[in-house]
Amino acid sequence: MINIICPIITLVMSGKIFQHILKKYNHANQHRCYSLKRNAKKLKSCIVGGGPAGFYTAQRLLRRNSEILVDIFDKLPVPFGLVRFGVAPDHPEVKNVINTFTQTANRYSDRCRFLGNVEVGKDVSISQLLESYDIVVFSHGAESDRKLNIPGENSDGVYSAREFVGWYNGLPEFSHLAPDLSKESAIILGHGNVALDIARLLLMPVDELAKTDICQHALDVVAASKVQHVHIVGRRGPLQTAFTIKEFREMTKLPNVESHICLEDSKTSIMEEYERLARPRRRITDLMLKMADNPTVSKSSNKSWSLEFLLTPLEVLTENGHASAVRFAKNKLEGKEIDSQKAVVTDEVVDLQSNLVIRSIGYQTLPIGDGNVIPFDDKTYTIPNHYGRVLNHKGVYCSGWAKRGPVGVIAGTMTDAFETADSVIEDIESGVIKPSTSCIKDITESLLHEGISVVDFNEWENINEEEMRRGDKVGKPREKIINVHEMIRIAKSLDS
Amino acid sequence: MAAPLKTFACSWCLLRHFSKAKAMPIALNNFIIRNFTNSTVGKFHPKIINVFKNNVVMTSNAEIHTTCRLAHGDYEWQDPVDESQVVNIEYVDRKGTVIPVKAKVGDNAMYLAHRYDIELEGACEASLACSTCHVYVDEKYLDVLPEPDEREDDMLDMAVYLRENSRLGCQIILTKEMEGMRLTLPKATRNFYVDGHVPTPH
Repeated sequence: MINIICPIITLVMSGKIFQHILKKYNHANQHRCYSLKRNAKKLKSCIVGGGPAGFYTAQRLLRRNSEILVDIFDKLPVPFGLVRFGVAPDHPEVKNVINTFTQTANRYSDRCRFLGNVEVGKDVSISQLLESYDIVVFSHGAESDRKLNIPGENSDGVYSAREFVGWYNGLPEFSHLAPDLSKESAIILGHGNVALDIARLLLMPVDELAKTDICQHALDVVAASKVQHVHIVGRRGPLQTAFTIKEFREMTKLPNVESHICLEDSKTSIMEEYERLARPRRRITDLMLKMADNPTVSKSSNKSWSLEFLLTPLEVLTENGHASAVRFAKNKLEGKEIDSQKAVVTDEVVDLQSNLVIRSIGYQTLPIGDGNVIPFDDKTYTIPNHYGRVLNHKGVYCSGWAKRGPVGVIAGTMTDAFETADSVIEDIESGVIKPSTSCIKDITESLLHEGISVVDFNEWENINEEEMRRGDKVGKPREKIINVHEMIRIAKSLDS
Repeated sequence: MAAPLKTFACSWCLLRHFSKAKAMPIALNNFIIRNFTNSTVGKFHPKIINVFKNNVVMTSNAEIHTTCRLAHGDYEWQDPVDESQVVNIEYVDRKGTVIPVKAKVGDNAMYLAHRYDIELEGACEASLACSTCHVYVDEKYLDVLPEPDEREDDMLDMAVYLRENSRLGCQIILTKEMEGMRLTLPKATRNFYVDGHVPTPH
């Protein structure tokens, strides 16, 4: 019975039926292009990047100001950014937020447009945006990742988490990564949620994974994976991990997987600090201590993972250009406050053997355009701003990771996006921003002129439906389309 | 029949629960799904419907709602049938405005907020995968609420501006004992620069 019901549940869970109904419910709202003449005196705003920060900013603007027009640009033909391309396939609940974003797009279809497949800085210049809109919000996220800057980092078998996640989540750019999972062990460098997402993917039962929206090309590789042990290694100690408790707890509950939390060198410092720990840190530390004292050992387990601390990668050792091991220096922590403690390398060195090394030490925002028009802080990798207002640029704002750096979960992004939107609203109400009196040409005209196939929200829904149809055939909530040309072709196919 | 073990706000919650548990219970008759209407049944796969029809207790709410909408939170859109159902509560929105709401027993505080256009988000739709419906509960009502379960606590740990009286709105199901309760939404803004850093505005 379980076997029959689970795929059905997965289908229902995907919100497919709900979205179908929603679409029918909104059939009257097919007309999404707002009339220019009618809106001549309305404030025109655009948001660069259709991820959660972009959609939450749009939602707040549209809700709080009944006059404002919002265009959301995305360089891909599909919306939702890291909700689609970042959130782990086995976390469908987190992706429910897509329903909220879809509701926003549908509810305000007369004032909000999605302009997919338009790359700002390439298809349209920043100065063009600044001319065409009264308000420009940059929420383009973090398109790059931090490097280790150690020898061997660029050898075969070393991947960035961004590539790896993009690969299994169908980010067109990385769909052809095809990582080699044919050896027994893997090393993930970094102690964030992304590191745990990847480890979970490598260790969870394949039949569970097969019911998720993981891309088929990745599922095939993972199904044939020989990886049995995953080292998750961080520079600092157990009190400095960046992952959150839900993801850590999931790791400890993986069926037939042994967990090893290596606290030997850290127990004293934990005990010294324990009383001063804030609640979230205390709860996660409790769980680590519990797991370290009672490691899960089951007879049937053939897979395992270890959480290892106080190790700085010095070099990726290679054989014939392919990673074979990582050499680490053992660290000690220096500094008083837990959060600001620094890892200091000692002379002691350890090697961990592995042909698969994944660097998961953080994403990184890139300057938009050439970095001259919109300021960019090279130290914090963010756009300098004051509550979302880009410094010295009237009418220009930022939101999400571009604003505060690539950290945190959706609740933080939401709060942050609302803050930016509230700043915009405040500036409108105080008269700092006024609708431009000159006749502003609609940007879609020049995009059309340039021959760019703009994908709007209705057209995205064509892609959405096709993906769900393909998923249906194989018992998955969706089978993502990974080729941009195919996305556009389906987007532009006539409504069925 | 044994006493119900667990009540679900609606059939979606039940499905979600079992997909988390990764197994269906052997006997479903220990569970109550609120707001499980015949029209809802029609939206499920026939194989699931058979399991449900034979096993699940439909509660009195079942008859009230006859339209075809399946969205989560439908129950909160129904007005109380009589005074015995009424629970008066208050929301305080992010600007500090007090919004009194005449609610009813069984309402989910998050979906109820949506009905009254209070800006309480619900990104994961009550599946305990986010903390966007984070609220502060009056101290004196903290004991009235059932203890948060581990999954709620895990999510609260990720909430922005966590306090002692923090709870997730989606886990608060109103009872008569909550009459007069006040739920305060955390301030969304103006707290980011706690380090005293004051950049100059443009």
